[in-house]
Amino acid sequence: MKSLPRNERMPMPDRRFWMPAHKKQRPRRGTAMFLGQVLSVLLSTATGYSQEPNAAIVAAEKARIQTIERISQPTIAIFSSSGNGGGSGVIISADGYALTNFHVVAPSGAAMKVGLSDGRYVDAVLVGLDPGGDVALIKLLGKKDDFPVAQMGDSDTCRVGQWVYVVGNPFLLAEDFQPTVTYGILSGVRRYQFPAGTLLEYADCLQTDAAINPGNSGGPLFDAAGKLIGINGRGSFEKRGRVNVGVGYAISVNQIKRFVGLLKSGRIVDHGSLGATVANDVDGRVFVDDILETSDAYRRGLRYGDELVEFAGREIGSANAFKNALGTFPAGWRVPIKYRRDGKEYQTEVRLGGVHREGELEAILRGGGEAPDPKRPTPEQPKPRSEPGKPIIPKPDAPGPGEPRLPNGPPRGAAKSKRKPPIPKAVRQYYEAAPGYANYWFNRYHQQRIWNAYLAHGDFAETGWNWKIVAEGADGKGSIVIDLTEKSGSIVMPEGQSGVEFGTSLVDAMAPPRSGGLLAALHLWQRLLLVGPRKFGEVVYLGQLPFKRDGTLADCLQATHSGVEMRFYFDPENSNLVGLELYRSDEEDPCEVTFDDIRTVQGRGLPHRWTIRLGDEVFADMNVKLFEISNANGQASDDKSKTTP
Amino acid sequence: MRLHCGNNMNISKCYNTKPASDGSEGCRAEERPHRAPFGCCGKVKGWLLLSPSGSLRGRVVAATIVWLLVTISFAQAQSGTPTPSPSLVEVARQVQPKIVKLYGTGGVRGLEAYQSGVLISGKGHVLTVWSYVLDADEVTVVLDDGRHFMARLVASDPLLEVAVLKFDVEHEDLPHFELSASGKAIPGERVLAFSNLFGIAVGDEPVSMLHGVVSAIAPLEARRGAFASNYRGNVYVVDAAANNPGAGGGALTDSQGRLLGMLGKELRSNVSGTWLNYALPVDAFESTVQDMLAGRFTPADLTDADRPEHPLSLAALGIVLVPDVLSRTPPYIDRVLPNSAAEAAGLRQDDLLLLIETQVANSCREAHRLVERLDQDATCRVAVLREDQFLEFTLSAASAKMPSRPNTEPPIVPAVDSAPVNGPPPQAGEK
Repeated sequence: MKSLPRNERMPMPDRRFWMPAHKKQRPRRGTAMFLGQVLSVLLSTATGYSQEPNAAIVAAEKARIQTIERISQPTIAIFSSSGNGGGSGVIISADGYALTNFHVVAPSGAAMKVGLSDGRYVDAVLVGLDPGGDVALIKLLGKKDDFPVAQMGDSDTCRVGQWVYVVGNPFLLAEDFQPTVTYGILSGVRRYQFPAGTLLEYADCLQTDAAINPGNSGGPLFDAAGKLIGINGRGSFEKRGRVNVGVGYAISVNQIKRFVGLLKSGRIVDHGSLGATVANDVDGRVFVDDILETSDAYRRGLRYGDELVEFAGREIGSANAFKNALGTFPAGWRVPIKYRRDGKEYQTEVRLGGVHREGELEAILRGGGEAPDPKRPTPEQPKPRSEPGKPIIPKPDAPGPGEPRLPNGPPRGAAKSKRKPPIPKAVRQYYEAAPGYANYWFNRYHQQRIWNAYLAHGDFAETGWNWKIVAEGADGKGSIVIDLTEKSGSIVMPEGQSGVEFGTSLVDAMAPPRSGGLLAALHLWQRLLLVGPRKFGEVVYLGQLPFKRDGTLADCLQATHSGVEMRFYFDPENSNLVGLELYRSDEEDPCEVTFDDIRTVQGRGLPHRWTIRLGDEVFADMNVKLFEISNANGQASDDKSKTTP
Repeated sequence: MRLHCGNNMNISKCYNTKPASDGSEGCRAEERPHRAPFGCCGKVKGWLLLSPSGSLRGRVVAATIVWLLVTISFAQAQSGTPTPSPSLVEVARQVQPKIVKLYGTGGVRGLEAYQSGVLISGKGHVLTVWSYVLDADEVTVVLDDGRHFMARLVASDPLLEVAVLKFDVEHEDLPHFELSASGKAIPGERVLAFSNLFGIAVGDEPVSMLHGVVSAIAPLEARRGAFASNYRGNVYVVDAAANNPGAGGGALTDSQGRLLGMLGKELRSNVSGTWLNYALPVDAFESTVQDMLAGRFTPADLTDADRPEHPLSLAALGIVLVPDVLSRTPPYIDRVLPNSAAEAAGLRQDDLLLLIETQVANSCREAHRLVERLDQDATCRVAVLREDQFLEFTLSAASAKMPSRPNTEPPIVPAVDSAPVNGPPPQAGEK
């Protein structure tokens, strides 16, 4: 029995049994009945087959059902408040922050309705936008902080062949908000899908054969363990109509993780640009074929002709691989790179610039012209939709060949000239329009939150402008004395001394030399502490950006005053101020001051370990021995003026 | 046992197992664990579908089913703990290096300039579907590791629509499929489709992998536009969207990564008009491809085989091509004769003939040859390139009101046009 000739069991390969369907005749009725009897008898006696399914299958199915129940809960159905479109989303925090696609929220404006799988139907407000990456952050409103949360996964460890679930609201079927679940495998990882202009670029994305249909946009892609690995957003459609043809793409969750902290600021967040382009040469090397001299990459030493070896820890084997890796980073992010010149390898960390110029991204969203950027490839633009403001409910139209399409159609038409529906009352209190922002309300909220949390470490409002700081080098050698008043500052170092008058412009306040303007930075730090962000000048919350060389994230307040830009970094854990940066212009390295060793001075926390950097050079690394704060009369603001270690 | 997800269910049943090609290994339950439980139903259904009619045969079939089911229950009782099989992640990495990306002609509207291919030798033989993409002097092959090679056509079979390419690789045994070690699938069996559909993967990016099951095994009755598929044999019909643009020439494997068939070109069902997802079983082309590899293959000459007694000619259709001055002069239309079938259909001067019926007309000579395969009364379907547009026309010499003068008309074509125009004078119009 074990070595059956194949044809006896399986007629498939035997051509005698193969005949075209139309030539076939049905078995006679008698035969069919006979077969039926035989089958029923045998199926009932084939023990273990029909009655006791394989235990492993039952267990696997049970586990799958449990996983699906779990991942359905944080999955939401999003409906435009005007009722003419929608998509899917996923909740990522118990207080109601949720992710979706930019192209899902673009037509609905600042307010939308969200259905949860438990049947709740709540208002939601737009928080932040990443049009370049097709991501939007929204917040579910309602007093509860018990929203079900998706567990974050790691999209970098995803592999082709892995089982995945797509949960969402395809064809807007979820009348009762019960999401639809489809499953499949990862067909590809680290895929690249060209942007439309400079928007909606899917870099390093996941490709799946799980059905992603119009309406699935913005919904989650989960791995078999139920962890969030991506946000579904587009598919390759072609002549078969705008329904799934086995190729859907999801934005990698690791990219989104970098953006979430920025999106919470309510901004329209730009993607990063190295300020240099690369090309493959005949030997397969990837070399810099163009570089902006004003870019941070240039200042860090990257030059035309250098071979790019690694970007953000990823080996760069081709120009495509570089574009794929770059596309997942926001503007302002710090990324380690490795390059080779004359056989020697160099390692450095660069700060990414923006893909768009200031205001350009917003102009594109408003529907204005999009200036082509020579640094970025601009592949063919999708044809604008003939009817602006067409509902994003899918219609099987005939898209062009081979052109990847968004399940809900390109948003540009919708985003452009559509009259946004009025904002419902419940949402209005969480919304504030401002140029450059998706929702300025959240920016203001976070500025206040960060500042109020910082005040717990010490309120300097009643203290004086006169600071005296005595420090010694971290190596124990040399002493540094800094004197600050409201109008001037001076520093005495072993290398010499230097001073500066704080006039109406600080652009030229470079002192001390090779610090990038340390005294001006300290002056503006004082200003923030004494007058607070409201009176400081123009202050905005940038979101969470990498600070320090180890990539730690910090809340960043950006403040402009006297012609220079300051960035104040706050530890998200304990809200303490951990660093300053002073930018005199975008084309120069900032003066960076990192703070550590916070101790109490006159009842207020102040840093006692300072590291001051300009570019690649450490200007000073010092331990503060004495910190005196007094008012203009020379009186200490408090009895105890000395540092209490 | 691997159970990262409920879908990856393991079931061991003798009825799903296959003997080795020599039949010696018999039932190896432990080797075939990745099977969905509906495999059995598919099996039985497949049987009924495929079973010949007639009471005697019916009884034979019934008896076989009886015997089979006994085998199933027996084997089930016997089967012990299944050995873990490779996960799909492992299968993906094992199969992807055996698939190549091919780039050739095309790129005009609706015609992609790429397709997929399968390595079938360590020395650089690539199996793929025969299509216009290969109609180039050299086709670029891009391996899984990103290396580029120029490949030439070894042989092609216009009936099966398969082709073998070869590129030169030194001192290397490339990962490849052995056709002789390929498998067979039954309806309900889990399958994987590997291809560079939509041209998603470039350079060293691995090709895409889709999953599904064999829905049916049935004869291919399909067409693309006016062009019917030459192959009419059985194919694996799968429920994965396997046959997207660029997927043709990719591999259909079982869940262990064993080659089952080759993904075909994009075709629509003759019956329903829907796009088909299918693959040619290895059985269908194995001997042909082995002949190609051995240099024994001579393609069936469709012209001679089907040459009608009264063949059609381009002249009868009213098409005058440009002077045939090269070994492969592109078949541009120099002139469209007035009151001809070509004029009636809307062909124009400077149109480039691409296809005549289902065949690629890659030269003036070939264009003449292909038309002469048709009977003088037949309608002739042609596809042309006009500027960047791919246009299809159906020409009927018989119905065109055409005076009997094309042959008497003084030849405007110069003497160098040696293309034979040797059909009989058209009889259409002669009343």
